[in-house]
Amino acid sequence: MYKKGIKVVLFSVFFTIITVLAGCEPLLVLDPKGPQAERQASDILLSIGIMSLIVIAVFSMLVYMLVKYRASKQRPDYEPPHIEGNLWVEVIMVGIPVLIVAFLSYISVQSNYIVEAKPKGYEDTKPLVVYASSSNWKWHFSYPEEGIETVNYLYIPTDRALEFKLYSHGPITSFWIPQLGGQKYAMADMVTTLHLAADVPGEFMGRNANFSGKGFAENTFNVTAMSQDEFDDWVKEVKETAKPITEKKFEELLEPGHLGQQTYTGTHLEFSPPPTGHNHSEESTETPETESHTDSHDGHESAGH
Amino acid sequence: MDFFNRFAVPHPSIAIYASMAAIGLTLIAVIAGLTYFKKWGYLWREWLTTVDHKRIGIMYLLSALLMLFRGGVDAIMMRAQLAVPENTLLDAQHYNEIFTTHGIVMILFMAMPFIMFFMNFVVPLQIGARDVAFPRLNALSFWLFFMGAMLFNISFVVGGSPDAGWTSYFPLAGNEFSESVGTNYYMIAIQIAGIGTLMTGINFITTILKMRAPGMTLMKMPMFTWSALIANVIIVFAFPVLAVLLAMGTLDRQFGTNFFTMDNGGMDMLWANIFWVWGHPEVYILILPAFGIYSEIISTFARRNLYGYTSMVGSMVIISLLSFLVWAHHFFTMGQGALTNSIFSITTMAIAVPTGVKIFNWLLTLRKGKIVFTTPMLYSMLFIPLFTLGGVTGVMLAMSAADYQYHNTMFLVAHFHNVIIPGVVYAMLAGLHYYWPKMFGFMLNERIGKWTAWLMSIGFILAFMPMYISGLDGQARRMYTYSESAGFGPMNMVSFVGAAIMAISFVLIVYNIYYSTRYESRDISNDPWDARTLEWSTHTPVPEYNFAILPDVRSNEALWDAKKNGHVLFKGEYEKIHMPNNSGIPFIMSCIFFVWGFSFIFSLWIPVVVTTLGIFGCMALRSFEQDHGRYISVKEIEETETNLRGA
Repeated sequence: MYKKGIKVVLFSVFFTIITVLAGCEPLLVLDPKGPQAERQASDILLSIGIMSLIVIAVFSMLVYMLVKYRASKQRPDYEPPHIEGNLWVEVIMVGIPVLIVAFLSYISVQSNYIVEAKPKGYEDTKPLVVYASSSNWKWHFSYPEEGIETVNYLYIPTDRALEFKLYSHGPITSFWIPQLGGQKYAMADMVTTLHLAADVPGEFMGRNANFSGKGFAENTFNVTAMSQDEFDDWVKEVKETAKPITEKKFEELLEPGHLGQQTYTGTHLEFSPPPTGHNHSEESTETPETESHTDSHDGHESAGH
Repeated sequence: MDFFNRFAVPHPSIAIYASMAAIGLTLIAVIAGLTYFKKWGYLWREWLTTVDHKRIGIMYLLSALLMLFRGGVDAIMMRAQLAVPENTLLDAQHYNEIFTTHGIVMILFMAMPFIMFFMNFVVPLQIGARDVAFPRLNALSFWLFFMGAMLFNISFVVGGSPDAGWTSYFPLAGNEFSESVGTNYYMIAIQIAGIGTLMTGINFITTILKMRAPGMTLMKMPMFTWSALIANVIIVFAFPVLAVLLAMGTLDRQFGTNFFTMDNGGMDMLWANIFWVWGHPEVYILILPAFGIYSEIISTFARRNLYGYTSMVGSMVIISLLSFLVWAHHFFTMGQGALTNSIFSITTMAIAVPTGVKIFNWLLTLRKGKIVFTTPMLYSMLFIPLFTLGGVTGVMLAMSAADYQYHNTMFLVAHFHNVIIPGVVYAMLAGLHYYWPKMFGFMLNERIGKWTAWLMSIGFILAFMPMYISGLDGQARRMYTYSESAGFGPMNMVSFVGAAIMAISFVLIVYNIYYSTRYESRDISNDPWDARTLEWSTHTPVPEYNFAILPDVRSNEALWDAKKNGHVLFKGEYEKIHMPNNSGIPFIMSCIFFVWGFSFIFSLWIPVVVTTLGIFGCMALRSFEQDHGRYISVKEIEETETNLRGA
């Protein structure tokens, strides 16, 4: 409990400092709207806190030395002594950083398993699976269970685990919604999984964070989080109004360029399946129950080269 | 017509035409100047064919300064473009080329030659040697580096620049998404320069291990030499990786192999993995010699021996080992899972420990000292707090779960500039001011020097601190523009102002060189800083043979011993000195390499074959050559020594 208390205090202190610095608008990363982003923000603030202690220590030592041992403050005949070193000083010099690094490593390892798993508090919900694939310079979002597909925008339900399956039709891109949680790469030869969740309804910025050529700067998408009911209504509406996605249409969409927001029924996964290369992780749509347990071993560890 | 189209710039702009004109005019001016002043012979005899490590060092220095301005102009253009939202100063393509070349130029063609300059100029003097182990190889190293750099630089005006980022990740850098020859330039120019660097690595390991003065055991080497030794060991392990990587990339681009393609079994992330297996150690190749320079300067101007010599050496060895074990932290977000990320997160954070040891050792070196604020010392004292900031943000980035939020953002850009500028660039400038009198026989002006250091630091803080904030606000790196509503505007404007102030400080350095050349006194001693190591026991200017008599060393501060403890450094009589002959072959061979590289980039196979034969021809020529060097007679040494003492 005590540790948590410190964290909360640090969190609020640095949150205030940084928001004031940034002109009272909370910085996106430090304004989390979901459990994954929250964990990341608290890690960031905790590390800023500990690191400031180190910075203060170094700064004050430096100022002390420079003020006290300036040549102008000493007798002209003062001869600095020859000092080789001291075992105890060196033990402290190594020991304290080792303790700090060990503590941060402990936190870091814990967080790794948290952000790679189903979001905390949403373990019991059935995740919404979205295949997010990028092409130059667009995002294609396929909702296989709902049987719909969007381009450059994402509607998601709140209070439900989200499971993004990321891959690319071209260069490596990185799928990032700062307020919901950190990014992960989308690559042409494998599918990566990113677990997110949104606690509150709202509009969030999403983008490709990995440089992918000429149209990279505009490679963004809008994320709208809404209640499950509204989300269901939207799905129903799409099914009634949107046109189906055809192979020909999809080929057109893949052409390099920028597009506005578009909506289709059906998904391109049916005729253009995601990569099943050497590093491909299991299809989660078939075995959603086991997915959250195997996630942390995705990728290279489980790949049978 | 198609043939000529390949050489045209695919995306010309006024800036590019202007640089074409500038390059042309400079070339004409140089040629005309050399002819008018009849300096061709001098240039050839004294510089192009030289095998003297000091001259090669100075040529490295000139190239580094030239490239510093080349990369600096890129930086200013980028900051100007981003200063306001939806700016149209540059378009996306031009911006992509600029940040790509800024990265390459600054890391490989500015920072690398700068440390090569220090290693070449300082190491042999500091270990009491007359030359490097392989003087002619050393000349070849320099000329290969130089030709690589020049080849890379003409990409802006012939055929098109690389535009896939300095990391050049595939498949973006593959033929499908980068059609122009730009990325070919990347592969070939870096390859040629990299071969030069690898040879330097071998050369200096041999020099340091085999050519130390009598009495200088490994643990009596000055700290800069130690740092150079370790950096060169890293070079020898890391640069072959780069060579193989670039060869694979070249094969993919020009011969249709599928190492990194999206289909036919290619793995795009393989490039990223191998790139960073070289790329991360590369960072330490730059920073360790910088640490060495700081150690020399801080102990000189604190008037004290370096605190914790042994732990300084130990920490560098540990850093060099760890530097090879952290590469995956450059792509925590690749989806390699929590276990792999955890391992690399811990190894990365571990580097903070030996680095911290060094910082604390420097602070404790100041303790009980008698600190004199010269320009080199001012840079070093500004380095400590600024670098500490960069170091701690490095620890923050090492926490992989949090890195999911920092990755590819301006936060990262802020971090690595915060490490490289105070860490490497400040060290280079501190060292430049420190060694200037030894090189040229006069000091750089102290007042202008201090102004520069302060101005640069103010500019630096303004330019890079806002990036931490805009990164946390969601600004990705490498975006050529952003919308007004994103809210990144004010921070980027501050950055631009900071960058402009930094630019002024770099111009001040040039002014300082000009001013000091004209007005500073030539009447300085051999040891103007009252320094502690052997390089300051030589005459100024340093004679060709460095030491008339090889010094006898008893501690890592040999000159200090001589000054304070009455130790006699130079014992014995003059003897004739064996020196290597100058040779034109390194320069000629590198010129052939240049043509080879250019032809390869444009897939002109006939010239490639011809020049390949030429390169092997040069090697064959060397292997049949009878050249045992020459001797400098005792009489000649006596004359030189008397003249220098009189001067």
